[in-house]
Amino acid sequence: MESNIKMHTENLDFFYGNFQALHHISIEFAQNRVTALIGPSGCGKSTYLRCLNRMNDLIPGIRVNGLAMLGNQNIYDPSIDVVTLRRRVGMVFQKPNPFPKSIFENIAYGLKVNGVKDKAKITEIVEKSLKQAAIWDEVKDRVNESALGLSGGQQQRLCIARALAVDPEVLLMDEPASALDPIATQKIEELINELSSKLTIIIVTHNMQQAARVSDRTAFFYMGKLIEINDTDTLFTKPGLKQTEDYITGRFG
Amino acid sequence: MPGHLQKEIDKIKKEILSLGAMVEDRLQKAIYAIKTMDFELAQKIMDTDFEIDEREIEVEEECLKILALHQPVATDLRFLVAVIKINNDLERIADYAVNIAKRFKASSHDPGKFKYDYTSMGDQAGKMLKKSLDALVRMDVDMAYEVRDMDEDVNTMRNDAYDAMKKDIQKHPQMVGEIINMYLISRHLERVGDHTTNIAEEVIYLIEGEIVRHT
Amino acid sequence: MIKKRLFTQKIWFLCLKIAVLINGAALAVILYFILSRGWRAISWEFLTQAPRDSMTAGGILPCIVGTICLCLVTILVALPIGVASAIYLNEYATQGKLVRVIRLGINNLAGVPSIVFGLFGLAFFCIVLKMGVSVAAGGLTLGIMTLPVIIGASEEALKSVPNTYREASLAMGATKWQTIRRVVLPVAFPGIITGSILGLSRAAGETAPIMYTGAVFFTPDLPTSIFDEVMALPYHIYVLATAGTNIEATRHLQYGTALVLIVLVLGMNLFAIILRSKMRKKLRI
Repeated sequence: MESNIKMHTENLDFFYGNFQALHHISIEFAQNRVTALIGPSGCGKSTYLRCLNRMNDLIPGIRVNGLAMLGNQNIYDPSIDVVTLRRRVGMVFQKPNPFPKSIFENIAYGLKVNGVKDKAKITEIVEKSLKQAAIWDEVKDRVNESALGLSGGQQQRLCIARALAVDPEVLLMDEPASALDPIATQKIEELINELSSKLTIIIVTHNMQQAARVSDRTAFFYMGKLIEINDTDTLFTKPGLKQTEDYITGRFG
Repeated sequence: MPGHLQKEIDKIKKEILSLGAMVEDRLQKAIYAIKTMDFELAQKIMDTDFEIDEREIEVEEECLKILALHQPVATDLRFLVAVIKINNDLERIADYAVNIAKRFKASSHDPGKFKYDYTSMGDQAGKMLKKSLDALVRMDVDMAYEVRDMDEDVNTMRNDAYDAMKKDIQKHPQMVGEIINMYLISRHLERVGDHTTNIAEEVIYLIEGEIVRHT
Repeated sequence: MIKKRLFTQKIWFLCLKIAVLINGAALAVILYFILSRGWRAISWEFLTQAPRDSMTAGGILPCIVGTICLCLVTILVALPIGVASAIYLNEYATQGKLVRVIRLGINNLAGVPSIVFGLFGLAFFCIVLKMGVSVAAGGLTLGIMTLPVIIGASEEALKSVPNTYREASLAMGATKWQTIRRVVLPVAFPGIITGSILGLSRAAGETAPIMYTGAVFFTPDLPTSIFDEVMALPYHIYVLATAGTNIEATRHLQYGTALVLIVLVLGMNLFAIILRSKMRKKLRI
């Protein structure tokens, strides 16, 4: 069951100005496994996720201590090219955000900005990505129509396809199904299952049943600290700490 | 209309304990009937078994409802699983009380001629049942482990009954049918002991999260 | 109790409606006034011939051409600089005190009286930069005057682009510039263009900034280079109404010129609005 560690953080601290949002977070993310981050609102799980592809850099006044490693590279090292990092570590957001372009252009976007010019190659990868995201059959006859004409669930799968097009090694998902109806949510969860054999996936979710359904390992965050991390089945049948137990049984939060 | 999970769980707890008390009561009555040769009491035990069966079904359906509606995890989940199994064990114990009553009736055409004193074995089985249910109420894992140890004594008593009745058959071969029926009562009591051990093991699982059956 | 509230609401709505009506009525009155007095002057000759007989007859072709040339220079100057400034202020600059000061400066620039712009243009473009009275100088002056409008409209348009688009783009490994060029600008484009055309239509009707810098009383030739002087519609109205040799005789020509100017301005505005709604439809669907 043990596999390579694709990403890990060691004693990661994060500050918004003077406020410390994350305290000494150390987590290892195994390759080709799904890890879920759970915890009440404001516990820091989304902040932590955004540290992994340095999206937090967009906020002025932030500070990071400790290590965040992709493979054996420290992603906060000054010599690291953030743009390349974000291609290798992709992200899907809570609210589907396709560009106001055609479906094709949406997927091709990532390829074009990364320098792929060959039209045939682009078309091939667009199709492959849409198939990987389990949406090809639904859109293959209208790839040149606007992406905004799709339903919410379809748009989110489109965003996943868009992220997959640049062939990332890690996929970060920030509550990807929270804005969707139950059927769409189910499709996203099935998709995560399929993708996990090729990708390392880290997913933040409010929905504990979802974390239980899709993930191999689950980490429980509270007030910026990592309280407990374990195999999902163990965490949900026999949590080690009372705090974890109280949260997952709904006694608080 | 589903209430808050905790309320539902408290309700189930009350119900399973109430069922446990009923079963305890029946077991005591069965042993007492043998001791006092009370055929009417034995008949009553046989006639009212349906009450236990109905309660068992109610408890199980309640548990299923809670599982479906609340998708509990961790301790709540283990509690419900334990209750479902304990529920089943209690119903079986009640069945054995009925079986004991039946055997007693079948073996006593000639009251007074042959009798075996099951008081101590019955008491032991009764104590085990009480202790296992107390362990559930108080979530006391040590008590539960003690119940497992007490099972040894019950098995020993069964062996004693076996030896005693072997001798009796040689002494009174014409009463072999009745003696066999009396012997079977000891087998039933031994099974009661086994089921209370199961109950204790469910309680251990509930508290510690480890399945200790078969160890 | 409820009756009183509904009644109060009715009164307030009535007041609001009256305000709107006054608005519309003002425009209608102006249009009627100018239309009724000026339509007689409109003819093919009017639109294609130069003025003659001391401008008591003939047409206003040089004015139309002049105004168009001035507008072209204005937009060529103001649009690139304005949009680039807006991009810098909104996307690149760290939002601190310096940026607020710059914005304050831009807003104050918008409040400078147009005659002051004219004098500035005369002093700087015509004299110091030796452009003389020319389309270049006039266009540059108008351009600087229009800059705050375009920067304002562009910033509004850029601000209205949802941040989620920027995040999605950056998260895929695009650089900031790629994000701006490929995602942000296309979405902001309708707003930028509309604001620019509206700003330009105001510039087309300004008299004071071009009086000393680009427009002249009379020139017989059409401009052949940007260093030529021109006539312009708004200035021509002023000239005919105040400095002409026979003011009363040219009254119908004044209104005719005004009519042409208004048609030009309204036409540009209408064009901007239709263009924006078409572009918006494409982006929102």
